[in-house]
Amino acid sequence: MAKQHVATTINGDAVEFLCETHQTLLDVLRDELGLTGTKEGCGTGDCGACSVTIDGRLVCSCLVLGVEAAGKSIQTIEGMAAGTQLHPLQRKFLEHAALQCGICTPGILIAARSLLERNPDPTEEEIRLWLAGNLCRCTGYNKIVDAVLDAAREMRGE
Amino acid sequence: MTMPDTITPGEKKLKVVGTRPVRPDGVPKVTGLARFGADYSLPGMLWGKILRSPHAHARIRSIDTSQAQALPGVKAVMTAADLPEQKFEYVGAERVAVNFWHMTRGIMAREKALFEGHAVAAVAAISKTVADEALQLIKVDYEVLPHVINIEQAMQPDAPLLFEDMITRGVEPAPDKPSNISKRIEFKIGDIEAGFAAADKIVENTFRTAPVHQGYIEPQACLARFDADGQAELWASSQGHFVIRALTSRLVGMEVGNLRVHPAEIGGGFGGKNVPYVEPVALVLSRKAGHPVKIVLSRDEVFKACGPAAGSLMTVKIGITKDGKIVAADGVFSFQAGAFPTSPVMNACMCSFSPYDIANVRSVGYDVVSNRPKTAAYRAPGSPLSAYAVESTMDMAAASIGMDPLQFRLKNVAKPGTPTVSGPKHTHEGFAETIRALLQNPAYSTPLGKNQGRGVAVGYWFNNGGESSANVHVNEDGTVVVATGSADLSGTRASMAMMAAETLGIDYDKVRAIVADTGSIGFCGISAGSRTTFATGIAVVQACRKVIDELRARAAMIWDAKVEDVVWEDGCARRAGKGAGEVETLPIKAIAAKRTVTGGPVSAEVSVNAGGVAPGFAAEFCDVEVDPETGAVKVLRFVAAQDVGRAIHPALVEGQIQGGVSQGIGWALNEEYIYDDAGRLVNAGFLDYRIPVASDLPRIEAVLVEVPNPNHPFGAKGVGEANIVPSLAAVSNAVSRAIGRRMTELPMSPPKVLHALGSQRGS
Repeated sequence: MAKQHVATTINGDAVEFLCETHQTLLDVLRDELGLTGTKEGCGTGDCGACSVTIDGRLVCSCLVLGVEAAGKSIQTIEGMAAGTQLHPLQRKFLEHAALQCGICTPGILIAARSLLERNPDPTEEEIRLWLAGNLCRCTGYNKIVDAVLDAAREMRGE
Repeated sequence: MTMPDTITPGEKKLKVVGTRPVRPDGVPKVTGLARFGADYSLPGMLWGKILRSPHAHARIRSIDTSQAQALPGVKAVMTAADLPEQKFEYVGAERVAVNFWHMTRGIMAREKALFEGHAVAAVAAISKTVADEALQLIKVDYEVLPHVINIEQAMQPDAPLLFEDMITRGVEPAPDKPSNISKRIEFKIGDIEAGFAAADKIVENTFRTAPVHQGYIEPQACLARFDADGQAELWASSQGHFVIRALTSRLVGMEVGNLRVHPAEIGGGFGGKNVPYVEPVALVLSRKAGHPVKIVLSRDEVFKACGPAAGSLMTVKIGITKDGKIVAADGVFSFQAGAFPTSPVMNACMCSFSPYDIANVRSVGYDVVSNRPKTAAYRAPGSPLSAYAVESTMDMAAASIGMDPLQFRLKNVAKPGTPTVSGPKHTHEGFAETIRALLQNPAYSTPLGKNQGRGVAVGYWFNNGGESSANVHVNEDGTVVVATGSADLSGTRASMAMMAAETLGIDYDKVRAIVADTGSIGFCGISAGSRTTFATGIAVVQACRKVIDELRARAAMIWDAKVEDVVWEDGCARRAGKGAGEVETLPIKAIAAKRTVTGGPVSAEVSVNAGGVAPGFAAEFCDVEVDPETGAVKVLRFVAAQDVGRAIHPALVEGQIQGGVSQGIGWALNEEYIYDDAGRLVNAGFLDYRIPVASDLPRIEAVLVEVPNPNHPFGAKGVGEANIVPSLAAVSNAVSRAIGRRMTELPMSPPKVLHALGSQRGS
């Protein structure tokens, strides 16, 4: 079948690509556009490693088709830092040693940013429930929760 | 100046070791730029895909790949016929012996498919879509055979046999009939009959655990390029690129020197990425196609075909005196190896009673094959299982005499000089100190509420040393690069840079640590057995000391002094002895600037085979609450104390403990491989195989107990694994105490807890 032409916006830039109709947004990002920061852990929407936002909504990009990106605005981990200026969440993850292997980290950062956009002052329990869709096998989540709490504090100006 | 072998508190203040700097590989991992196994690409790259057996046990009569080969876009098709046959022999020390006859059949089935998901063929094509289509065109003629999944059934004399000629090793005289029991091992000290005869109380129980998966979030992935001149390169996510090179070159049939393996960032391993799965397949496909080939497994393939940890059937018997002294212990441990021999049951036998000083001990192990994927190592492989059985039984023993379970363990704890069941005596301190640290934790005496229970357990793990190489190079501006060949699973580049900075006396941010490929540094063993910071760290420190000697020599040349009159302090050469105080100190930067006129580049490479390993020891308690209506268990609190020797980077060490404990909680409560009647895995995904999520877990308090290892320059002991060893038993003991009934099976999923509660009500 002929490939589809899709025009979308990724991390603020206009992007066009061709994809097969069954290709997921995750495959398009990684294989067609070279944006490999978004990770595949399961391909079934259970691990959250492929988290991105589409028009501000947090999704698993493995459950979205590439063609569905048409006309939308997509944010991936590659757009999280402002140039060389790390997002507070990125900085706090480093300061708190909130990553070990790092494969889940992009997805968790995207999900955490999405939480803080909605709730700038989350409790520990709210953070744990929001991040329940993002699996991490290395850390036991302790330091991840600490990093999100600390980043939220900083972003509130406290 | 001679460096002391060990720096202990009070001798010299450490400036870098013991601090918590940002790791050198941190920024690329939070910006998405770090490259993991699946993130590499090459021009002209093809996609490799693997065809897998739908049957648990089937003879392969024939494989017809002609239609797949003919599909446009398909560039190569392979089967086991493309891999050289291997000799049947067990190579290496028994505890970690490898049999390449088995291993090549694990990479791709030959005579038989031995489990659902067993690879039988593979293709390389211009796209994933074409590769998937091609797999469907491969015709495999199977003769489906009876299968066996359950370990007790697999051990029966009339069980379906995976290998019709497998005679149990380690039994004298050798059995005259084949079975699924690949070997029997036994360790013994003292006289257990006499020991039990002297006991006031004897407790015994039988325990079962389901196989669980390591659950690394990154599926196996690699990119292979095989060139026309026979030279090849691999970009692979593994726990050791040198071992991947060794095993893959052997399996593919090429010289080690023709294969260069680049370490991709690894997205979790926990023992599951010690061995190759996709690398030989990708290399052969690339050799046949003449193009680079990338293989990335799906999560379903990871669960079905890439080594879970062993399941087990264990019986433990302990005899104690009425004042709480253990006088005899006996354990029989049967482990599921999966479709090919060698589970970590030998580790289990050796670790089981090692925390204790017991005069009369016997440990027996059985290694059992069944129609499941071949097991792989998982964090302290074997030890968490035997600890689950032993520590559950210890809990019963302590309860039987009304003794506090931690005090009971402290009373019986092993010390330097205590013999172990496998022969060598303990030589290191730290066990008692760790138990005491837990006893002193204020949370240990907090009161519990209704339906709540507190469980304790301890655990032992050997830790490892072994072969490592490190290169330290002083750059032109006096900054330093530290290269090692050890895969960095969770931050060892930071600990290498810290140990180098401390030794050289320079700032952490002046040292860059990297992981070098197999062509760029000497051999390094796998990052497993909690060996990297210990063994590779020794190589790094020794290389730094050689660099210091060279820097002193350069300073002596500049000053026209004797090298003996130059000392190294705080990153500077200082004139001592005759002429001391007459010249300024020479910082590393100044010496580097004059390298050209003093002898050229300053660098040193050191390779070691590190001995002097100190074992890991952990003591943990947890509080749980059981919902009597649903059987669900909530972990309310978890405190884990571990003897870490010296925490080089305490935050990373805490992370190891928190991670190990959370895996242990998942193992205890939730995780298991579930099969249907046809021998097919029914929960091969993260939805139905549920690892702990953030909302399942409490805060995990890591207590770092620092009893330095005198055989490491900074006192480090391995820290990655001992933490998971007690966790299963701690949770089980807590649940047992909460419901007033001994739990003997993992996972303690809600139906099992409800059943236990129900049978309690009924009784």
